[in-house]
Amino acid sequence: MNRRLWGLFALLLLSCAFYMLWGVRAPWSFVLPFRGVKLGALILVGCTVSTASLLFQTITQNRILTPSIMGFDALYLLLLSGAVFWLGGMTVAGARPQIVFLVTASALIIASLLLFGTLMRSVRGDLLRMVLTGIIFGALFRSLTSFLERMIDPNEFAVVQAASFARFTQIETDLLALSACISGITLLRCWAIRHRLDVLALGRDTATSLGEPPRRLELEGLILIAILVSVSTALVGPLAFLGLLVLSLARLVTPSEKHAILIPSAGLIAAITLVGGQAVMEHVMALSTPLVVVIDLLGGAVFLALLLKGSGR
Amino acid sequence: MISIQGVSHAIGGKRILNDVTTQIAQGGITALIGPNGAGKSTLLSLIARLEPLQTGRILVDALEIGACSDQVLAQHLSILPQMADHTPRLTVKELVGFGRYPYNRGRPTAQDDAKVAQALDMFGLNLFAGRTLDTLSGGQKQRAHIAMIFAQDTDYVLLDEPLNNLDIAAGRSLMKTLQSMCADHRKTIVIVLHDINVASRYADHIIAMRDGSVIKQGRPAEIVDSSLLQDVFETDAPVVKVEGTNLVLM
Repeated sequence: MNRRLWGLFALLLLSCAFYMLWGVRAPWSFVLPFRGVKLGALILVGCTVSTASLLFQTITQNRILTPSIMGFDALYLLLLSGAVFWLGGMTVAGARPQIVFLVTASALIIASLLLFGTLMRSVRGDLLRMVLTGIIFGALFRSLTSFLERMIDPNEFAVVQAASFARFTQIETDLLALSACISGITLLRCWAIRHRLDVLALGRDTATSLGEPPRRLELEGLILIAILVSVSTALVGPLAFLGLLVLSLARLVTPSEKHAILIPSAGLIAAITLVGGQAVMEHVMALSTPLVVVIDLLGGAVFLALLLKGSGR
Repeated sequence: MISIQGVSHAIGGKRILNDVTTQIAQGGITALIGPNGAGKSTLLSLIARLEPLQTGRILVDALEIGACSDQVLAQHLSILPQMADHTPRLTVKELVGFGRYPYNRGRPTAQDDAKVAQALDMFGLNLFAGRTLDTLSGGQKQRAHIAMIFAQDTDYVLLDEPLNNLDIAAGRSLMKTLQSMCADHRKTIVIVLHDINVASRYADHIIAMRDGSVIKQGRPAEIVDSSLLQDVFETDAPVVKVEGTNLVLM
């Protein structure tokens, strides 16, 4: 298993080299920092999306749902639109992006604890109801967002619009340092509770019997997920199926239930997908297709396959 | 000893347990029996802290449920929940290894490995150790889960209807294993059973419940008779004695 992780790591290094060094025409002093910042952001997004999805699947005990399918990032955008609506686009656009990010992220933590913390408990274990709840949540948040967008000034709308589509070419690099710190701490925390997550994955009753009361761990997991989703949504926008795609791949490449294996393996695969995919899109396809379209196409196919195969649990 | 003092419980406004006060002595198998909805499983869940206590107290030796640390309690009391349809994709050895979690918090020592090997051996799981749970039959899966609980090495073991979905051979072998856990390893086992005849044959002590109250308790040879069936199950099936065991004729 460790050999496979090292193999993935080598593959990631290769993709990074490909992304950084292919077809350089401008001076190195410009290209390296320019591409380096984007590379860092892609790797960060890969790690946050994959870990958030893994945590979510452990907490809800299914293998089909991810935070984005359940509408977490739609909720983030709704909160952002709400801020523009009530505070005014100029206030939001004029404020430092770091402040906007921190405020929206805190709001997302509170909102997700209220919504998902209570609702998850009542529909847990019923996959169909979970999927339905997620679809309804996502649709609700998206329609509320577009409702708010219609109410606001077209100029202010531009502030929200820029944030509501996945984009890997224009990454919010202003936020990179701050979000790297925050997600670094969050990811370390996820790593620290990896054994407890293993126990939680056995089921709530068994976890209780083994002295690991699920209630607190689930709440903590929801908070960690909200932070990680905020980071990735703020950096590149909503990514519907990336988490599901990389988790399914990770379970194929490193078949294990241990979070000590799955956290790094899913993170590495996500980073390879994003960095390698973006390198191909930028350097080979000359930006003719957005990467997110390809990812969502593949991820959507995996989602359907899992749902039809009924191997969600 | 498990001491239950004045425990009442309601779910959604419906009263499930009605001021239950009783004691479960140390050693041997104690069976909870009664008709559906009598509150047996709820009582077991409360002892195992799967549900929070609403009124009353439960003490396991000196440990008070709800007040003592979860990790300490996990070293004294374990529960096998009713089998969920959800099967984690673990190997048998990994599953049994989780039994040591209350002691090592996920970092197994050589001593833990020895305990796991002993549990695999005792439950005849050595051949399956490397197989994943979803490739096993219901009986084998059940054995793997009980081996995990054995590796947890607690004085008290609670089981919620473990015979569901087991055929007669698997069920018998499970009950015999439980008996030997009591005899050879001095465990105290509390088990919710559906079939009064299984309780009569294998349990050392029976607690009969109905409508959230304990109706009768005692040794099976003394309390399993037609009046118990009338009081608890409201049926007048005849009871016969075969090889010293009181059996109910269906």
